[in-house]
Amino acid sequence: MPEHNHFGMSRRNLLLGTATSVALASISKTALAQSPTLAGPLPLSEVPAMAKVSVRVNGVAHDLDVDTRTTLLDVLREHLHLTGTKKGCDHGQCGACTVIVDGRRINSCLTLAVMHQDDNVTTIEGLGTPEHMHPMQAAFVEHDGYQCGYCTPGQICSAVAVLDEIEAGIPSHVTEDLNAAPQFSNAELRERMSGNICRCGAYSNIAAAVTEVVGRRA
Amino acid sequence: MKPFTYERATSPAEAAASAARIEGAKFVAGGTNLLDLMKLQIETPKHLIDVNGLSLNKIEPTAEGGLRIGALVRNTDLAADKRVRRDYGLLSRALLAGASGQLRNKATTAGNLLQRTRCPYFYDTNQPCNKRQPGSGCAAIDGVNRQHAVIGSSDSCIATNPSDMAVAMRALDATIETVRPDGATRRIPIADFHRLPGDTPHVETALAPGELITSVLLPKPLGGTHIYRKVRDRASYAFALVSIGAIVQRDGTGRVAVGGIAHKPWRVEAAEAEMQRGANAVANRLLAGAKPTEANAFKVTLVERTLAAVLTEAKG
Repeated sequence: MPEHNHFGMSRRNLLLGTATSVALASISKTALAQSPTLAGPLPLSEVPAMAKVSVRVNGVAHDLDVDTRTTLLDVLREHLHLTGTKKGCDHGQCGACTVIVDGRRINSCLTLAVMHQDDNVTTIEGLGTPEHMHPMQAAFVEHDGYQCGYCTPGQICSAVAVLDEIEAGIPSHVTEDLNAAPQFSNAELRERMSGNICRCGAYSNIAAAVTEVVGRRA
Repeated sequence: MKPFTYERATSPAEAAASAARIEGAKFVAGGTNLLDLMKLQIETPKHLIDVNGLSLNKIEPTAEGGLRIGALVRNTDLAADKRVRRDYGLLSRALLAGASGQLRNKATTAGNLLQRTRCPYFYDTNQPCNKRQPGSGCAAIDGVNRQHAVIGSSDSCIATNPSDMAVAMRALDATIETVRPDGATRRIPIADFHRLPGDTPHVETALAPGELITSVLLPKPLGGTHIYRKVRDRASYAFALVSIGAIVQRDGTGRVAVGGIAHKPWRVEAAEAEMQRGANAVANRLLAGAKPTEANAFKVTLVERTLAAVLTEAKG
């Protein structure tokens, strides 16, 4: 049964790209849509569909009405103005958009907001604040685990989840014995963090930061 | 992305019926491949049927001594399952060799089987591609094709299947269970699931329109040494140039499936009869009839050498 079948239409949303809610980015399309030749009804295939979704972000519940095309990443950044989560490649290749959903790290760019009904999302803003940093955030600061900082929120969310994954006994490509509990090591960390790209190349310092957090936990 | 309507399915049969009824409908589960392709307008579904709410996320023992893996079991959970690690190590290893931690947390068992090729010409909508736009031609055949297929390809398409998991499933002789729009269920052996391109490379699997994968069955464990060896341009988070999934018994007999070289996981049962004679003998049978391009002829040698390494490792 369709969860939501009424069509909401907005010329502003006639944007073909991914940030479907960003008006600024759609100036040219908007102008096009408002030209006399296209003033009539849009073909059905171009009419945006809206849907409702309730999602909890950093402990706060949000009831949203979104274009079905809106990714979780765009909801975080453009609807909820939680701009800590970054849009890098927007294709699941760079990891800058990594957030933690129901305890698991995912690429928020490759998932639709409407697919997260009642989910619990944790972003970098939910891990800590400048005054009360999460130990992983503090370790990144201490070890200079960044240069430009753009990939950092994704790196930190990913690193926090990586330690949980090792603790939960989830093996990796470099785990030697599949039937034993995996142990933290530099090789394990590098393999498990391979979905987070840092074009500044701060990898050594990122590894040092995460290793320090593991040391403190032990 | 093109606009689409959205629904959350409440039963597999209903999801299949809905997919058959609504023109341009597609299922979405993990979404890690589909959303990527929708952003590029390579996939332009008019309607998405979200199947995540279906209770297809369990791994259960079967009466035959094997496992039934729900279609929605995430790649991470399948790789980490204690029974899979113990009895089907090849499958764990193949899954862990693919993608990134974030992607494996989302990607599902059924979605992995259905993922599309990463041929760069398939991804570039300015280029002809018979898979993306039937009849438009193939830019890869005379293009940059180092990554492409060396066997089973056609004049229409030389794309490869990118899945690591499917290579392990093929070696393990998995069976895919589905439900069709009329509610009927059926089982498809993995050998028959993925198709060779022929002159219809856009038809990639044996699934009928609207047919939904509900689970994947693994036969009872085969024992032996399980090895998945993936050769790629980076040590992590890259697709295979060549990968070998092997199960080797103490007497040197066993099974071999190869990834990265064809439109489907490549296995030739007759070649496995040569396993005790070594990699060269197996590779000769496995790759008989190969038609590599100038740029990817190295894969023929690479298959044999990777297999030799795997057989050596299996001896311990």
